[in-house]
Amino acid sequence: MSDELIWRIAGGSGDGIDSTSQNFAKALMRSGLDVFTHRHYPSRIRGGHTYVEIRAADHEVQSRGDGYNFLLSLGDSFARNPQEEAYYGNEEIKPLSENLDDLREGGIIVYDEGLVSEEDVEAIDLEARAEENDWHVFPMDLRGLAREHGREVMRNTAGVGVTAALLDMDLEHIEDLMSDAMGGDVLEANLEILHEAYDTVNEEYEFEHELRAPEGSHETEQALLSGSNAIAYGAIDAGCRFIAGYPMTPWTDVFTILAQNFPDMGGVSEQVEDEIAAAALALGASHAGAKAMSGSSGGGFALMSEPLGLAEMTETPLVLVESMRAGPSTGMPTKPEQGDLEFVLYTSQGDSSRVVFAPSSIEEAYEQTRLAFEIAWDYQLPAIVIYDQKLSGENKNVDVEFFDRQPKPDLGSTLTEDELAEAAHDASGKFKRFNYEDAENNVAPRSLPGQKDGRYLATGNEHSPVGHISEDPDNRVAQMTRRIEKLDSIREELDEERDSNQTYYGDETADYGIITWGSSHGAVNEAVERLNENGHSVKGVSVSDMMPFPEAEMTEFLESVDEAMVVEMNATAQFRGLIQKELGRYGEKMTSLLKYNGNPFEPAEIVEGYEVNVADEDRQPTAQVRIEPAAGD
Amino acid sequence: MSAFNAIGEEREIDRDEFTPGVEPQPTWCPGCGDFGVLKSLKQALPEVGKTPEEVLTVTGIGCSGKLNSYLDTYGFHTIHGRSLPVARAAKLANTDLEVIAAGGDGDGYGIGGNHFIHTARENHDMTYIVFNNEIFGLTKGQTSPTSPKGHKSKTQPSGSAKTPLRPLSLSLTAGASYVARTAAVNPNQAKEIIAEAIEHDGFAHVDFLTQCPTWNKDARQYVPYIDIQESDDYDHDVTDRREAAEMMHETEDVLNEGTVLTGRYYVDEDRPSYQEEKSAVGELPEQPLAERYFDEDAEWERSYDLLERHT
Repeated sequence: MSDELIWRIAGGSGDGIDSTSQNFAKALMRSGLDVFTHRHYPSRIRGGHTYVEIRAADHEVQSRGDGYNFLLSLGDSFARNPQEEAYYGNEEIKPLSENLDDLREGGIIVYDEGLVSEEDVEAIDLEARAEENDWHVFPMDLRGLAREHGREVMRNTAGVGVTAALLDMDLEHIEDLMSDAMGGDVLEANLEILHEAYDTVNEEYEFEHELRAPEGSHETEQALLSGSNAIAYGAIDAGCRFIAGYPMTPWTDVFTILAQNFPDMGGVSEQVEDEIAAAALALGASHAGAKAMSGSSGGGFALMSEPLGLAEMTETPLVLVESMRAGPSTGMPTKPEQGDLEFVLYTSQGDSSRVVFAPSSIEEAYEQTRLAFEIAWDYQLPAIVIYDQKLSGENKNVDVEFFDRQPKPDLGSTLTEDELAEAAHDASGKFKRFNYEDAENNVAPRSLPGQKDGRYLATGNEHSPVGHISEDPDNRVAQMTRRIEKLDSIREELDEERDSNQTYYGDETADYGIITWGSSHGAVNEAVERLNENGHSVKGVSVSDMMPFPEAEMTEFLESVDEAMVVEMNATAQFRGLIQKELGRYGEKMTSLLKYNGNPFEPAEIVEGYEVNVADEDRQPTAQVRIEPAAGD
Repeated sequence: MSAFNAIGEEREIDRDEFTPGVEPQPTWCPGCGDFGVLKSLKQALPEVGKTPEEVLTVTGIGCSGKLNSYLDTYGFHTIHGRSLPVARAAKLANTDLEVIAAGGDGDGYGIGGNHFIHTARENHDMTYIVFNNEIFGLTKGQTSPTSPKGHKSKTQPSGSAKTPLRPLSLSLTAGASYVARTAAVNPNQAKEIIAEAIEHDGFAHVDFLTQCPTWNKDARQYVPYIDIQESDDYDHDVTDRREAAEMMHETEDVLNEGTVLTGRYYVDEDRPSYQEEKSAVGELPEQPLAERYFDEDAEWERSYDLLERHT
């Protein structure tokens, strides 16, 4: 038995790598393991090197881990371009050749002999490299095997069969999942291929490798889901039944999940002409009384800045989700980055205020989406959930009971007609919708069109209590102050009435801190564990409240350490900048560890960052990360 | 009991109910055509039996955007060009509301042009009134999408090189099921057209010619008009798309040459509204969505039920 398995399945986009890995991850979860998946894919529909990594262990796994120990290379069946001069050339060997650098010593390679030529394999020096790294190589004719018993596309199944045999796994869970997903001849053929592959390995090979599937057990039922699933389900449980959007990777996942489920739930989903319209629709629906959301990725979110500001000024509740991908502009559509933080915090004109949460895990994605709805409807302002392509697409097992909550369709500070009859009105009979005089927690309760006694005008211009455009200086100051100070009321509620959204880990007494946010959390958490196991004394915090910022908590954390390293996936240290801006100091304490090559952090990179920063300052970190020294260093 | 008791209330409605009692007074210039739209709405709404509280007027930016400041209904004064997406979502969220959107020619045909095409295409059940004075008024007299070719302004000092947009042809082509043009100088017809548009079940686009006495003195909009429906020279079948298109083609060519035809150009009572289409495919709930949040017996499905597919 091994401590952990990190299985990488590589092939061409469109070859079914994703669905195969989803099922295999589920099989591993059902066998009692904790799993975490990481997906790497190009911005192409068919062809081009893609891989999915599944990390499985008998303990909780929070990141993709470092490198991997099992490669199933299927070849890229779409790589052979009929036009020989095609710019991307012959890529059939890529799923094998591109993946060797990170394969650990003693690791296993299975590759599809049926799809790559001997010359290609010789050209990458596989034999010598295997010898050097103690890799165990199994060339198998997966394509041939699939063809013989079914169709060529079923070579994924053959690959899974080979994997199960080499790892000494039971086929039961894999068979169950296949039976759930297909039937008839297709199922039969797949089962045949699975068994044939499994038996061939057992009969024809003698194993020298030590790697086996870990063994574990779960006490409660587990669900395997992605950050996008968690956000969508968080919205459903918050009572959201209206979504408007425009497709853009990676936000499309959330949009699709809700669009597919809303018809059965009495919800309304609209795909519209652009992102300005999308956010404006969510705003209009919210104004009329539905819990509504929209979202996008960086480029689409740029278009939403107008409706976002309008929501702030008219105090219309709204939830937007922003799924970051590498920028600037359209950047790298399928690669993660944490580069939109400042954009999301400060987008829109004037002194604008919104709530921004950055969940760092699948569980937090669910929780904080619900919280975003609650805060938005209680305080009548936009709340944004910012996450990235990594959290969006990664899958992790979560205890099913974690989700067993009651739905919350509560419309927050919205009045009923009975309450409206008692509320303050002006001489003309209009409802004082923006009444700053008796505002509790800076919130002026609202009415909905169609309610009796609730007539008012919502306007994006500065306005009087009943909503008429007003440039009266006293009214301006009263309304502006009330709107801005909502953030103080929210901060107070988050601090006093709720559990912290920030996650702390490591050695509480440590005087070195690692600070991170969003999806980098898992790798940082694991790095902190590793550092402490290796005799260092380190603690960490992953911050989720971006606005309003948790000033007290972060001051306490930074006061308790001599030095801190801020880990984030961008080139300009945006989160470190936010901390300095919000707290007004600590610039001399904080070093940044930055990565922006399109791939998320691995724990080892953070351990190395710590070592370079603390112990060995003359050393340079690997070329893939960058250290931005503290002020004065 | 409904949570929206103002909707569908049956009583005698006085047009004064639509006038705000205290403030503000219109800030439009004396002689502005926008007064005509305000007046025709105040007349039409009681006529079609709408109470102020069941009507939501959604406006954009510009002189036209101030319409709902002077009209006492529920109102949403949005931002430049965005009245339509806000309005159509309000209707989707509460299908019982009477939703009227309004904007100017710059606001609605320029910056909001994309939304205009798609709202017409989808045939949302709402009314859209465009105050067309062929000029940007509130920003002080710049050339607009409907300004005639050669129009001189501070931003196009040598005269506009652009052919003006044809709003009627555009909305017909895009899919609007009611297309009309009326004019502030023609109050009786304007009231009738607005009332018809409100009662129409689908996207009703009214191009409302409103003279701008301050910035567009040259505009020909206030020359004597001809009512299409009353003229023997211009009789056409308003339910016939081709005939309507032809009529629009002729009219929109000569609008700036002294002849103004107003009236209904196209009426399609048979085309289902977007709300009906969406219900038919099962994507719009029977009970208005907004009602559900006040319904104590409403069932709220939980994500927990969806989790099974992940275990």
